[in-house]
Amino acid sequence: MRRSSIALVHALALIAACGGSSSSTDTAVIAVDGSSTVFPISEAVAEEFKAQGKARVTVGMSGTGGGFKKFCKGEIAVTGASRPIKNEEVELCKGGAVEYIELPVAYDGLAIVVHPSADWVDHMTVDELKTLWQPEAQGKVAKWSDVRPGWPDEEIHLFGAGVDSGTYDYFTQAIVGKEHSSRGDYTSSEDDNVLVQGIASDKHALGFFGFAYYSENAEKLKLVPIDDGKADNGAGPVAPSVQTVNDGTYQPLSRPIFVYVAAGETKRPEVAAFIDFYLEKGPALVKEVGYIPMPDAAYELVRARFKARTPGSLFGGKGSKVGVKIEDLLRAG
Amino acid sequence: MSVVDPPRNSSRISGRPPSRALERAFRGLCLFAALLPVLVLAVLLFDVVRTGLGRIDVQFLTSFPSRRPQTAGILAGAVGSVWLVGLTAAIAVPVGVGTAVYLEEYARRGRLATLIEINISNLAGVPSIIYGLLGLELFVRALSMGRSLLAGALTLALLVLPIIIMATREALRTVPLALREAGLALGATQWQVVRQVVLPMAVPGVLTGSILAISRAIGEAAPLVVLGALTYVDFLPDGVTSPFSALPIQIFNWTSRPQAGFAVNAAAGIIVLMVTLLMLNGAAIITRNRMQKRLGR
Repeated sequence: MRRSSIALVHALALIAACGGSSSSTDTAVIAVDGSSTVFPISEAVAEEFKAQGKARVTVGMSGTGGGFKKFCKGEIAVTGASRPIKNEEVELCKGGAVEYIELPVAYDGLAIVVHPSADWVDHMTVDELKTLWQPEAQGKVAKWSDVRPGWPDEEIHLFGAGVDSGTYDYFTQAIVGKEHSSRGDYTSSEDDNVLVQGIASDKHALGFFGFAYYSENAEKLKLVPIDDGKADNGAGPVAPSVQTVNDGTYQPLSRPIFVYVAAGETKRPEVAAFIDFYLEKGPALVKEVGYIPMPDAAYELVRARFKARTPGSLFGGKGSKVGVKIEDLLRAG
Repeated sequence: MSVVDPPRNSSRISGRPPSRALERAFRGLCLFAALLPVLVLAVLLFDVVRTGLGRIDVQFLTSFPSRRPQTAGILAGAVGSVWLVGLTAAIAVPVGVGTAVYLEEYARRGRLATLIEINISNLAGVPSIIYGLLGLELFVRALSMGRSLLAGALTLALLVLPIIIMATREALRTVPLALREAGLALGATQWQVVRQVVLPMAVPGVLTGSILAISRAIGEAAPLVVLGALTYVDFLPDGVTSPFSALPIQIFNWTSRPQAGFAVNAAAGIIVLMVTLLMLNGAAIITRNRMQKRLGR
C-alpha cells in the first residue's frame, strides 16, 4: 500500500515539474521529421553530421502529411517530403507564419515488376498500365489477355502501395492522369517488403514499388521496361536503373523527393550548417541508402537555391509534375 | 481443480443420454482451440529467434541507429522504452487504482458512476492511433510539453488506464464484504478500511492489471510516431522532457527498409523487446507472489 502512495506522489511531482517544453541540455537540437521515404537519407546525413559536433540531430518518421503539419506550426526545423507541398499545406504554413525553402535531394524511381517466370512480359506502355490501373478497369480488366492480346488467358494479380502513401499519389498521377484515382481491387501495403514477397511468390502478379526494393531483391523479381510513347527522352521501352532515372530517360515513373527547411530556422548557424552539409554529402549518401542521386547540375542549382534562401515551391501547390526534369524546374524557378 | 459438479437443474439439459464420443470430440475441439494460438506464436518466435539471435551482441545493444545495418543498434529504443513504460506505470497505476476504488468503494449506483463506466468501456475500444492524435493535441501542443517522454508516457497512460481500472475492480470485488463490515464495526473510517483492509488484499489483482498494461504499452508504436517520437536519435533521454525513441519504432523502421541486413536487425530488436517485457513483467510477478504469500493466500 505504501508503495502505491509513493508512486502517486512521484507521478504528481513529475507532472508538476515537467510542464515546460524547454530542454535542459546545452547542445542545440535540430528537429527533422516527415516522410518515411526520405527518412533513410536524413538518417544518413544526421549520422555523418554528428561527427561535426555542432548540434544533435533527431529524425522522426510521421509521414509527409504529418511532417508538414508539425513543420507549419513551427515545431520542427526540417521536414522530408516524398511529394511537393500541397495547397492546403501552403495555407497551413502561411497561418503558422512559417516560410519554407524547398530543396529537392534525390530521385526515387518506381519500378513495375512481375514474377521472374512471367516470360511473356517484355515491356509495357504507359497506356497499357493505364488500362490496367484506372478506376474503370475494376472488375473488367481481370486477365493478362485483357491488357495485351496474346498474353495468357490467366488472372492478373495486382500489388501496389497503400492509398495513404505519397508513392500511390505519384503513381496514379503519372499513370492514370489523376492523383489518388485507381482501381481498388488490388493487394495494397504500406510496407514495400510485403509487396516484394507477394510478387515473388505469384507467377501472375504485377506490382509497383520503390526502385530500391527491386535492386535489393533483383534475383526474385523481373523488371518491366516502360515505354511512355515519347521519343525525346529515349525512344522505346526504358527500364529503371541508376543511370536512366538520373538522366531523366526513365519516365514517367521517377520522381524527386524533398526536404523543406523553415527559413526562420536557417538563422541558427547550426541549422544552416546542417543543410549545407546535407546538400554537400547528400549525393553520395543517397546512393548508399538505395536512392538515386540527381545530376550534379541539379545539386548545384539546389545549393544556389539554399544559399539565396529562395522561399516557396517550384510546384505552386499543385502536386507532382510528371515528366519534368528537376534541373529545368530549378532553372525556371 | 475441483471435480465437475453434477447438473443441479437437469431439466435444462437436453434429454438425450450423454455420449462419450461427443464428450471427447468437444474436449478435443477445445484443446485444439487452446493450442492453435500457442502453435502460431511458437512458429513466429522460432522464426524470429532463428533470424535475429545471432545479431544480438554488445555492439547491437550499445549502439545508436545507423544507415548501415551492421553498425546500427537498439540502445536508444531500449532505453526509451524502459523510461516510457516506467513513467506510464507511475502515472497510470495510481490514477487507475483511484478510479477503481472510487467506483467500487465510494460511488453510489447513479448517473455519474454509469457515465464513468460507459466511458471506460468506450476508451478500451478506441484504436491506439487516436490516442496518439489526442496526445499530440493535448499534451504536446495545448500543455506545451513538446515531443517529450512525459507526453509519450501520459498518452500511453491513457491508453492502458481502462486495463488497470478493470483489473483492479475485479480484484476489489473479490475482497469479502464481511471484512469491510468488520473494519467498519471496529470503528475504522471508510478510508482506513480501504487503505488497510481492502487495498492490500487487492494488490495481486492490481499487479496483474499492471502487467497487462505494461505489455500493451511497450508494444505500441503508432501513437508514439503520431506524437512525434523519434526514429533516429543519437543520445539518451536525460529527463522526462527529453525527446525519445522506443523499441517498436526501431523495429518498424527496420522491417520497412529494403536491405536484408535491416530485416535481421528487426528480428534481433523483437528479441530485445520480448526480453525487456519479460524482465519488467517478471518484476511485477515476483512482487505479486510475495504479496500473495504475505497475505497467506
